[in-house]
Amino acid sequence: MNAPNRMGHQTIVYRNTPWITATACAAGPREAQGPLGDKFDLVADTPDFGQESYEQAEVALLREACRICLDKADLGEKGVEAMLGGDLLNQIMPSSLAARSLKIPFLGMYGACSTMSEGLLVGGLLVDGGYASPVLCTAGSHYATAERQFRYPLEYGNQRTPASQWTVTGAGVALLSLPDPQVHPLAKLTRACMGRVVDMGVTDANNMGAAMAPAAAATLCAYFDDTGDTPEQFDRVITGDLGYVGSELLLEWSDKMGHPLPRERMMDCGLTIYDPQQDSHAGGSGCGCSAVVLSSFILPKLQSGEWRRVLFMATGALLSPTTSMQGETIPGVAHAVVIEGVR
Amino acid sequence: MGAAIWMYLKVFLVGGLLCVLGEVLILKTKFTPARILVAYITAGVFLSAVGLYGPLVSFAGAGATVPLTGFGHALAQGVLHAVQENGILGAFTGGLTATAGGITAAIFFGFIAAVLFRPKPKT
Amino acid sequence: MQNSSSKQDRIAEYKALIARITPKSKLAVGCWRAFWVGGLICVFGQTLIDYGRASLKLNQSQASAFASIVLVFLTAALTGVGVFDQIAKYAGAGTVVPITGFANAMVSPAMEFRPEGFVLGTGAKLFTIAGPVLVYGISASVIVGLISYFVR
Repeated sequence: MNAPNRMGHQTIVYRNTPWITATACAAGPREAQGPLGDKFDLVADTPDFGQESYEQAEVALLREACRICLDKADLGEKGVEAMLGGDLLNQIMPSSLAARSLKIPFLGMYGACSTMSEGLLVGGLLVDGGYASPVLCTAGSHYATAERQFRYPLEYGNQRTPASQWTVTGAGVALLSLPDPQVHPLAKLTRACMGRVVDMGVTDANNMGAAMAPAAAATLCAYFDDTGDTPEQFDRVITGDLGYVGSELLLEWSDKMGHPLPRERMMDCGLTIYDPQQDSHAGGSGCGCSAVVLSSFILPKLQSGEWRRVLFMATGALLSPTTSMQGETIPGVAHAVVIEGVR
Repeated sequence: MGAAIWMYLKVFLVGGLLCVLGEVLILKTKFTPARILVAYITAGVFLSAVGLYGPLVSFAGAGATVPLTGFGHALAQGVLHAVQENGILGAFTGGLTATAGGITAAIFFGFIAAVLFRPKPKT
Repeated sequence: MQNSSSKQDRIAEYKALIARITPKSKLAVGCWRAFWVGGLICVFGQTLIDYGRASLKLNQSQASAFASIVLVFLTAALTGVGVFDQIAKYAGAGTVVPITGFANAMVSPAMEFRPEGFVLGTGAKLFTIAGPVLVYGISASVIVGLISYFVR
């Protein structure tokens, strides 16, 4: 027996279609040189953003993105009933420190790079159920802090492999609230699909796309099976940060699972945020990748009516330095939300 | 003059080939650079101890001593020499004595660099 | 049982797919770059040894140590100003295998973890990458020393 607002195995239906009423993003200088650079609300001139450490810079980017979003919605901190956010660092400290300076009840999220869609999924439930509105959903990452935690010191001389990805320095936030005739929304949430943790035995921490692609395929298959939708009913099926390798693997693997995806309707945030000439190898990654692209590229297209309906599915590689060193394989997870234009 | 050029050519070839071996190991096996360093120094110690590395050093000079295998060679020769001089105590003092310069320099200059510089992401 | 073997099959199939799609590093290019940069670093080391012997009147092992110290110093300086990792990105094992790789492996974490303090950051993390080199190199040398003592 399904719960009343469930569809099939993994899919949720939002009865009250929570609105996305405002969004903002802040990013670093490398991201600003990319194709979306002129669409960011705030660009840090330097990777340290004038802070003492790169961790503090990550906090500042998140905090500023939240502030700009609240300004756009003409809301004070007191007006927001919950904040859901996460990042890649141990104990999601950057999100907690950003929340410390905003007087909003805070629920920490961790889904590695899938955090933005996980936050929208859960935040949408809080709004839909009438438990909180508005709700601020946040995700951020920083190249320098992720490198030192998961890989090597910045000045360590190693060669990146062609499949490796570049962690995005940036933060993206979105404000969800109950539909309100006084407000002009950007878009609305109609459904979501909670992902299962999928592990296909990948151990190469330099090939995250390969670790995450099976989880992305599993969530897409579950969504299409649960709802009877087809990929053609979406303007874009958007993945978070599969990069070049993961995107190709997703196409092949979904086909094998019986749900072929039309290449022209697929989009990956990791392949959107950088120019191929920026030497980011297989593409961008990190919690901030999908969050920044959602805020600066996807939501504006839904607001303008250029796109009517997208499946936004950020993907996460669930590894820690400890489990990697112990030889554990890298599981992946992907959560999807259906975002539709309102006009 | 010709002898000097021949010497430098030997240094270049042997040093370069030791690096090529490392590159092949990195690209074709699961060796990370950190494991390369460990493998090279350990291999250098044992090759030197059984008398195989010494001739390469005589042949190629810095081409054999600058790579990390040469570091292992210095450890092994230091230890063998010290055991002859001081007996069993030498097994514990000889290695570091022979390599003190490089290790101390790496620690000290590492510390100084940390005082003077901040790491930067390249854009 | 049936189920687990089909899962194994799917994993094997997926691994084959990864191997087909993932772009490979170019072996020939990588080897050439490692060769000429690594070779050149060794030639520079030889000039330092020759200089030490001729001008500073050092013996062979002193001259060798002198060359090591200068190479380590230059690596530290280039690492500090953010140039070494750019060279290493090009040269790969060409900078890892010479003593420059050892030096960079000490200097870069020392810089990286300075925000965690000079003692537990710089002081402790200095050895995170290069520490194993000392552990295994020194341990191997002690074993060699003990064997030579008892076998003699």
